[in-house]
Amino acid sequence: MSLEVSDYRRREESIDITARTQTLEHTEGAERELLTLNMGPHHPATHGVLRLLVTLEGEVVRSLQPIIGYLHTGIEKTAEDKSYWKAITVIERMDYLAYYFNAMAFCGAVETLLEVEVPKRAQYLRVIHLELNRIMSHLVWLGTAALDIGAMSMYFYGFRERETILDLFEYSSGQRMHTRYIQVGGVFEDLPSGWVEKCRAFCAEMPDRVAQYRDLLAKNEIVLNRLRNVCPLSADRLLELGVTGPLLRAAGNPWDLRKAMPYSSYEDFDFKIPIGTLGDNYDRFFVRVAEIEESLKIIEQALDGLPEGSYITDDRKVALPPRYELATSMEALIHHFKLVTEGFRVPPGEVYYPIEGPRGELACFVRSDGSSKPARVHVRDPSFVNLQAFGPMVENAYIADLIATLACLDPIVGGIDR
Amino acid sequence: MPDATGLELLAQELRELHPDGVLDTTFFRGKAALSVDPTVIRPALGFLRGKGFGFLASVHGVDYYPDEPRLGVQYELLSMEQLDRITVKLRVSIDDPQVASVTPDWPTADHQEREVYDMFGVVFDGHPDLRRILMPEDYEGHPQRRDFPIGGEPVLFTKDGAQGKDYTA
Repeated sequence: MSLEVSDYRRREESIDITARTQTLEHTEGAERELLTLNMGPHHPATHGVLRLLVTLEGEVVRSLQPIIGYLHTGIEKTAEDKSYWKAITVIERMDYLAYYFNAMAFCGAVETLLEVEVPKRAQYLRVIHLELNRIMSHLVWLGTAALDIGAMSMYFYGFRERETILDLFEYSSGQRMHTRYIQVGGVFEDLPSGWVEKCRAFCAEMPDRVAQYRDLLAKNEIVLNRLRNVCPLSADRLLELGVTGPLLRAAGNPWDLRKAMPYSSYEDFDFKIPIGTLGDNYDRFFVRVAEIEESLKIIEQALDGLPEGSYITDDRKVALPPRYELATSMEALIHHFKLVTEGFRVPPGEVYYPIEGPRGELACFVRSDGSSKPARVHVRDPSFVNLQAFGPMVENAYIADLIATLACLDPIVGGIDR
Repeated sequence: MPDATGLELLAQELRELHPDGVLDTTFFRGKAALSVDPTVIRPALGFLRGKGFGFLASVHGVDYYPDEPRLGVQYELLSMEQLDRITVKLRVSIDDPQVASVTPDWPTADHQEREVYDMFGVVFDGHPDLRRILMPEDYEGHPQRRDFPIGGEPVLFTKDGAQGKDYTA
């Protein structure tokens, strides 16, 4: 038996894997045959309905063209026909793993146009939920990416913790996904009693879980072989291609809007920006895992320093009056009626509001013409822009590495197609 | 952000290079924006790159219906060193929506210019592969234009096709 194993080892080691880094120029002239392969749109490894047109030479990818639009639902157009506070609902559904971020970018842009000040407590509540959402998004990514490179169990562990976060979302907003928690001027409601304790329990438990994920993956030979030195791309090239977020940080550029241009009180919190060195799949993978830990730190600090005060602005022209005022105050009733029927009017102007989403710079461009409906909403979705880097990443790599790289790219087709 | 003065200085410097290039400067909600003539978009972005704005964050289209010229394209530039943003705006008429593509200088504009072409019908000269990106290739019209109706899309349901009915209006 032992002879068989060592024999296997010997054969395995005799395989020349330097071809991985070679450009395979030895195939010349007539021997060179290209095969065009269509992957997707319905393919479990394409994370949604993404179609890839791959040109192969043997097993090596020579060129790749993403074809998108299968999930296009015209949300930007739909938003133009809805009043500002109703548009939040549809815009949230773009990138379906980053709904708090979509709502935050849109509400931030509208607040800038309105010049509404968001109370400090609301900013902290937003940060707590944004970071919970970031962890949730990274957990879904971690589970599915590990599944794509063959690690089945990670998927169950990742989704177990994600479930806890979704329970917290349900507890604070009533919905598990697409919560519409963030509103123009603040958030939908204050935290229900017992929420903080539940959230703290999650934050206390999670670092151990992340350590378990690391134990499971970081020293696994298969994972390391599938990730290390696979499909790297330099930071300069990524910047040319407009890539931001964990992908850029994995290449060693510590660009993070939460630190560089803080919004919603991020300057109050002490956290680090995990970065990689090579920009290969290994760095992309473990930068995200480290980001989960940093997000936990932010949540704990925000819970510790949660200021007293209102959870939404007192500006009755923008935010609904509290329920108890409706029975006693005439003005409250009028404001309520105006807001629910027409919505609020926004001064004319154009605003571009960027935030750091789980996948990079998520920005919302809103143009107002002075009416109660936006004249143009555009979401700069990081998945859409980052997808352009996929071709350069997998050029001259094996098709098996294409799947691993796509997993590490973390594209969300709902965000790409909008 | 370049403050209002900084924006004027930038605009003045650009005017010296391209006398008719800068049409307007706006400083709105703490954010600088430069309106330029469509013909100078590539040199204008190149000039701003020289000023440190080395990252093109976003390219998006706007329809200013009923104002003329109707279509707008906006370029969001970011300087990671100065922690600064600036918007470059241009306007083209709907009859002749021609803009030089910035893809040769900024590869990230590839997909985004295709989206603006798809949704607004702005033609980017010199784009390597200007096709529709989100809508089907045989689609007619540019759906993000303000005069394109919501619900204007004919839908064929399977049950209607079986009954010999045509597209629903």
